[in-house]
Amino acid sequence: MTGSPLIEVEDLRIDLNDGSRKVPAVESVSFRIDRGETFGLVGESGCGKSITALALIGLLRPPLSIGGGVIRFEGREIQHLSAAKQRALRGNRIAMIFQEPMTALNPVSPVGRQIAEMFVLHKGKSWREANQLAVDALASVRVPAPERRVKDYPHQLSGGMRQRVMIAIALACGPDLLIADEPTTALDVTVQAEIIELMRNLCAERRTAILMISHDLGLVANVCRRVAVMYAGRIVEERGSADIFRSPSHPYTQGLVASLPRLGSRAALGRTRLKEIAGVVPAIASFPDGCRFNPRCAQATDICRTTAPGTDLLGAGGLVRCHHHA
Amino acid sequence: MKLRANLVIGGALFALAILVGLLAPWLAHTDPIMDANLMNAEEAPSWTWWFGTDGQGRDIYSRVVYGARVSLTVGIVSQLINSVIGVALGLSAGYWGGWWDDVVNALTNLMLAIPSLIFALAIMAVLGPGLTSLLIALGLTNWSFTCRIARASALSLRSQGYVQAATVLGYGDMRIMITQLLPNMLGPIVVIGTLGMGSAVLSEAALSFLGLGVRPPFPSWGSMLSEARDQITTAPWLSVFPGLAIFLTVLGLNLLGDGLRDILDPQSRSRRT
Ligand SMILES: Nc1ncnc2c1ncn2[C@@H]1O[C@H](COP(=O)(O)OP(=O)(O)OP(=O)(O)O)[C@@H](O)[C@H]1O
Ligand code: SF4
Ligand SMILES: [Mg+2]
Repeated sequence: MTGSPLIEVEDLRIDLNDGSRKVPAVESVSFRIDRGETFGLVGESGCGKSITALALIGLLRPPLSIGGGVIRFEGREIQHLSAAKQRALRGNRIAMIFQEPMTALNPVSPVGRQIAEMFVLHKGKSWREANQLAVDALASVRVPAPERRVKDYPHQLSGGMRQRVMIAIALACGPDLLIADEPTTALDVTVQAEIIELMRNLCAERRTAILMISHDLGLVANVCRRVAVMYAGRIVEERGSADIFRSPSHPYTQGLVASLPRLGSRAALGRTRLKEIAGVVPAIASFPDGCRFNPRCAQATDICRTTAPGTDLLGAGGLVRCHHHA
Repeated sequence: MKLRANLVIGGALFALAILVGLLAPWLAHTDPIMDANLMNAEEAPSWTWWFGTDGQGRDIYSRVVYGARVSLTVGIVSQLINSVIGVALGLSAGYWGGWWDDVVNALTNLMLAIPSLIFALAIMAVLGPGLTSLLIALGLTNWSFTCRIARASALSLRSQGYVQAATVLGYGDMRIMITQLLPNMLGPIVVIGTLGMGSAVLSEAALSFLGLGVRPPFPSWGSMLSEARDQITTAPWLSVFPGLAIFLTVLGLNLLGDGLRDILDPQSRSRRT
């Protein structure tokens, strides 16, 4: 299906059922990712990034559930597919890697077997073939001496090596979309850069789209062509990566960009404190009326406190959700 | 790592019992059933009759050696059945939760409330005596501890990163339970299983003592004790040697279980040091 996006989310709502009532943890979220594209989702802790990703792969579990909207994969609605059909997509067409490479591998199973299992599970290979493919997969993530490493247990590998193994597992079946939820926060900075570079190169070679989730706008904008900024369960701005740095439109995005250390700036040299956005993200049950950012926003006016802003189009396919955007 | 005395002694005793059972035809001096000879009935232990002879002139040593086969078969096979039942129920209950968990919990509590020997007795009463009945009766009545442990392990393991990762990678429930949960709970399950084998050996003795186990004239340690009870003052060797065999085997299994727990469970290791 050429022309239609790889994955398309329309007006997604995720409800949190707190016993007596349902409160929306994520609301009016829409975005699309084309084949081979890199898309970033950025926002503070608790804004709903991870649960949005879980909704995409059909793994929201009570008390969370999809409350509305449509998720299309290759033009086909997937949120109502049977459990078995969703399972066949997971790991096969849509793969995901997590932030914790330390715990995401089974401690009692050799890493080669864990890679091989993907071929057995999704591609119907025999164990003999799968074990051979596992060596190749390990070689493709630049693990030295892969034919010996496949026999190693996770505890014998460093954090960076384990994350390489996780990438090998995630990309084993040649997925169309790789969701990377904070894939490097547990690693130190130099390893982080290597892993990101590796992931980006492998996905570019295979035309695998990336949905990268992080609270680090700098990192995401570096990797992704387009970025969506999320605040308190809503996407407040979506732009090309370059645009978002050059001319952030939403006051929250402006705050995020201003808080990034710039190369050679006084903040990067450690002479001044970074400009921070005052206040904290509200909890789901106490989202304020109107624009959810209004208690922390310097530009807030009366309308912001009563009416939720709609989305306005910006140039070059950008979107913003603010009454007084730049 | 320092080798632990309980592990070594327990392992040695259990290995000895297994060897004796396996090599019984070569170790025994006489046929334990056929070689009755009233000429040498009730001989005290001597160089010819190591453990003495019984009222029919059968060599007690040879009967104890062959008796190891019954005791160990019952101990190992019935505990294997228990382990499989306990793991299957506990693991699935802990992983799935919900109504299935409630059902398994109710069953487990029922099993814990009724002493398993009484339960086994009831089953034996229905099935009649014999080795197969013993295996079934003891195999169906002693899984509650394994079940508890498997359920608790599954509950804590299911929130582990690698279990969630497996879900995200498209593993089905069965595959997750077998490849992610089971191998990670094997330590405590093996410990419980070893201890359970010891109690199965005891239960076999008790049931055979009551005449519900292996039928005479085939020797089992429990039935030998049962036959010897009238002569306990006149010919004590008739009960001492099978009793000692039971004692050493059960002791060995308990020591082995303790020793395994020490090396497999890091919590009990740190508690002790
Ligand atoms: N299982 C759950 N039960 C109840 N609330 C949940 C559950 N999972 C997430 N939430 C709530 O949903 C909101 C969004 O969570 P989510 O994990 O998506 O945040 P996030 O943006 O990924 O944050 P982080 O950067 O910390 O990973 C949070 O307020 C969180 O408390
Ligand atoms: S809508 Fe109002 S409160 Fe919300 S970000 Fe824009 S200016 Fe600030
Ligand atoms: Mg998250």
